[in-house]
Amino acid sequence: MSSISFIGMASVITAGITIAVGAIGPAIGEGRAVASALSAIAQQPDEKNTITRTLFVGLAMIESTAIYCFVVSMILLFANPFWDYVISAAN
Amino acid sequence: MNFMDIKQITPDQVVFFQFHFITLNLTILFTWAVMAVLVIGSWLITRQLSTDRQISAWQNILEMLVTGIQDQISEISQQKAARYMPFIGTLFIFIAFCNLLTVVPGYESPTASLSTTAALAICVFISVPLFGIAQKGLGNYLKQYIQPTVFMLPFNIMGELSRTLALAVRLFGNIMSGSKIVAILLAIIPFVFPVILQLLGLLTGMIQAYIFAVLAMVYIASATQVQDQTEDRKKDNTRSSSNNQ
Repeated sequence: MSSISFIGMASVITAGITIAVGAIGPAIGEGRAVASALSAIAQQPDEKNTITRTLFVGLAMIESTAIYCFVVSMILLFANPFWDYVISAAN
Repeated sequence: MNFMDIKQITPDQVVFFQFHFITLNLTILFTWAVMAVLVIGSWLITRQLSTDRQISAWQNILEMLVTGIQDQISEISQQKAARYMPFIGTLFIFIAFCNLLTVVPGYESPTASLSTTAALAICVFISVPLFGIAQKGLGNYLKQYIQPTVFMLPFNIMGELSRTLALAVRLFGNIMSGSKIVAILLAIIPFVFPVILQLLGLLTGMIQAYIFAVLAMVYIASATQVQDQTEDRKKDNTRSSSNNQ
């Protein structure tokens, strides 16, 4: 197998696995966070503002792990340094 | 004028204008555009402020924005808002406008480029020790790095660096993914669906601006606050021990 097709195949498969695995953890975490925030609001509606603000900040923190995976897979798909190197070497 | 194509993930890569060694890419161009809109807009509004019972709609919007940010800051930091208002307010308004202006066709948000978000995150990274030292002095600020024990020193420094990185990559990833997903969908289902995701992107942009400002405030508040509480505890301890004697 030539190195071009090998790098292309490895990049595409790795990008898919990265985003797939990277979406599982944050999805579970965000689901649990929202569920407990909802039950907290149901129990104490007076504290709604504080709970909502903390929830948003926490969700952003959790979500950032998914975003890291997304950035890596985007780099692998659209701005792959190995691919660019092989293409420039081939030319 | 050049537009971003689907292979370019940041507006840094689109060169708008080139003259010898001066390269003007879309990030710089639109950052200047947002800055001009903000500066000229607030100058126009604050030029004729009134304290009558009737105020103009623009002044009303500006007052709502400023008092809203002030309330949030004083609620999070439990301190006077005036000290942090210029920095946190500027961060919020700049990022929010960068993200909201994506409704204008041809506009690419400067926050979709890692260089802009890294610059903003480095501003937060520098301002945390500045506010901390101004609040409690150099010695007390440095003491919080060895807070539980001396062995925590490398972890505290690592935490400081990694949260700066996280701040930059979070904003960049969210905004970049919003515009990229719209671009990919335009190639697959170009009818109504991209509009809905564009709306979702506007919502995400506002939430990310809010979160960036809140996290910056939380970091600054933690640098200016923790020592006060431990000092209070020490005072309480000495008071109770002196009472015991």
